[in-house]
Amino acid sequence: MSVLYDVPGPRGRLISWIVTIGSILVVAAGLIWGVYRPLAKPVTDSMWDLAPGPEGQFTMARWGILIDPNNESFGLVWQRLGEGWLATFTAAALAIVFSLIIGIGIALLRAQLRGVRGRRYTNRPPVASALLRFATYSGTGASRFWVEFFRGLPVVVTIFLVYRILAQYGLDFEDQMWFLVIGLTLYNSVVIGEILRSGMDGLPHGQHEAASSVGLSIGQSIRLVQLPQALRIMLPALISQIVVIFKDTSLGQIVSFDEALRTSRGIVEFFGAADSPAIPMYFMIGVMYIVICYGLSKLAVYTERRLSRSGMPPAPPAMVTMDQTGAIS
Amino acid sequence: MNIQPFIDGFLITLQLCILSAVGALTLGALVAALRVSPIPPLRGIGTAYVTLFRNLPLTVVIFFFAFGFPKLDVENQFFTHATFLKIPLLSDLLQPLGMDVPFFRFAVLSLTIYTAAFVCEAIRSGINAVSSGQAEAARSLGLTFTQNLRFVIFPQAWKYAIVPLGSVIIAMLKNSALAGAIGGVGGDLMGTADSMLSDPEAGAASLLTVFAGISLGYLIMTVPLGILLDRVEKKRAVAR
Repeated sequence: MSVLYDVPGPRGRLISWIVTIGSILVVAAGLIWGVYRPLAKPVTDSMWDLAPGPEGQFTMARWGILIDPNNESFGLVWQRLGEGWLATFTAAALAIVFSLIIGIGIALLRAQLRGVRGRRYTNRPPVASALLRFATYSGTGASRFWVEFFRGLPVVVTIFLVYRILAQYGLDFEDQMWFLVIGLTLYNSVVIGEILRSGMDGLPHGQHEAASSVGLSIGQSIRLVQLPQALRIMLPALISQIVVIFKDTSLGQIVSFDEALRTSRGIVEFFGAADSPAIPMYFMIGVMYIVICYGLSKLAVYTERRLSRSGMPPAPPAMVTMDQTGAIS
Repeated sequence: MNIQPFIDGFLITLQLCILSAVGALTLGALVAALRVSPIPPLRGIGTAYVTLFRNLPLTVVIFFFAFGFPKLDVENQFFTHATFLKIPLLSDLLQPLGMDVPFFRFAVLSLTIYTAAFVCEAIRSGINAVSSGQAEAARSLGLTFTQNLRFVIFPQAWKYAIVPLGSVIIAMLKNSALAGAIGGVGGDLMGTADSMLSDPEAGAASLLTVFAGISLGYLIMTVPLGILLDRVEKKRAVAR
């Protein structure tokens, strides 16, 4: 029950019933004539002829390799798909771990640089203090540039860049996967760094004031007080970003890395144009991605609930939605 | 180094993005209206749409349109060339710089459908951000659901939604590169880079130039928008 409307009265219930039936009819008709019919029977004159035709998409010739255990290709296709998914999971796991580690590193570095900004180091000799100040400024500038650059670039371009440029300078991996993992890490570590930074910014000022009043240095205050809290507050946003990384492993296409999607494309092309299993194959891949990502995002919702119960300060509102909607980006 | 291909690519990417953004904002607003409506099956449709497309990688959506569609209905090109998008007036816009390529229509279609799910979530988060007292007060005055949404909730909700919407649009700008890399649009920024690099004459020096060109092309679009959004967000944070 939403706050937007009252409990419907008799007239409201009637309207609701009419719209319910109407919308069910519209959706059913749309599914039948908009989706099922063009798939099942592309060539026929009669609108009401709904039986799947031999040249349509719902034939055993197309679906058999996926659903019929007696089909000669069944075992091989599923074996290849299994290898594809294994590759997807490996690449995703590596990219997630590296992105988290480097992302935390970026967040620590940027917070530290921000903490010492404007410090004059008067207790050191003049040359050392000038050098330290210069290092602070240039470090701030460089890290800012790094973050803005990789955050603004499409992840596709980043992966492509890694692939082509590293190959150009002779750095060649045995496994194409590493190009994908490095590309994804470059982009997502920056995004995770920004998520954590905004989490630290959202903490009450009392936190770092209390930390410095008990004598912790800036680095200790960040490491021991601010970062652990930011990690907890931003956990839902982090999980959403992990879902994004998982979805982005489907970009293996670009570096010719055989993950699930590219494997299935290979299978589709192998079977040729006549009884092309393109629709069944991509349908299967789509369903699997939806199941996995839906499970992960349910985990995000669950942790969000747990956190809101445990009396932690809530995440800054705009930031959370921003990162959840950050999409494949 | 000839700069013209980059400018052409930039324009095609821009065209792709503007068309998809208009489509996604319209469709997304519609889905958001469905998701908050008082009628359960409409809510169901909205929720199903969002769940479906939020959890599907854009790559799979593009694959479906670019490689699945042409397998259908070879007879009258309704799907193979997505001719149902050839609506008068709109069809003039859907021909990037005068070329008629079906892949461009597929790209617009897949970007629109995919992004609409995220637009819907952004708008809904805006609606949720309006304090519930507002809607309750409106209801106690006897406003109906549509009046409530139109006169009370929406004028406040769009202010909360604008920052998430902006980041959705930025994400869409970046996602459009995927259409060039995989969807076979060709001629957009990413496609330009791809075809320039497959040129065997391209050496190490031109590789860097190509990347500088396309990076600049994307950064010109994304970074200023991002900075603008940060400004809006900070202003909003002070006002609250």
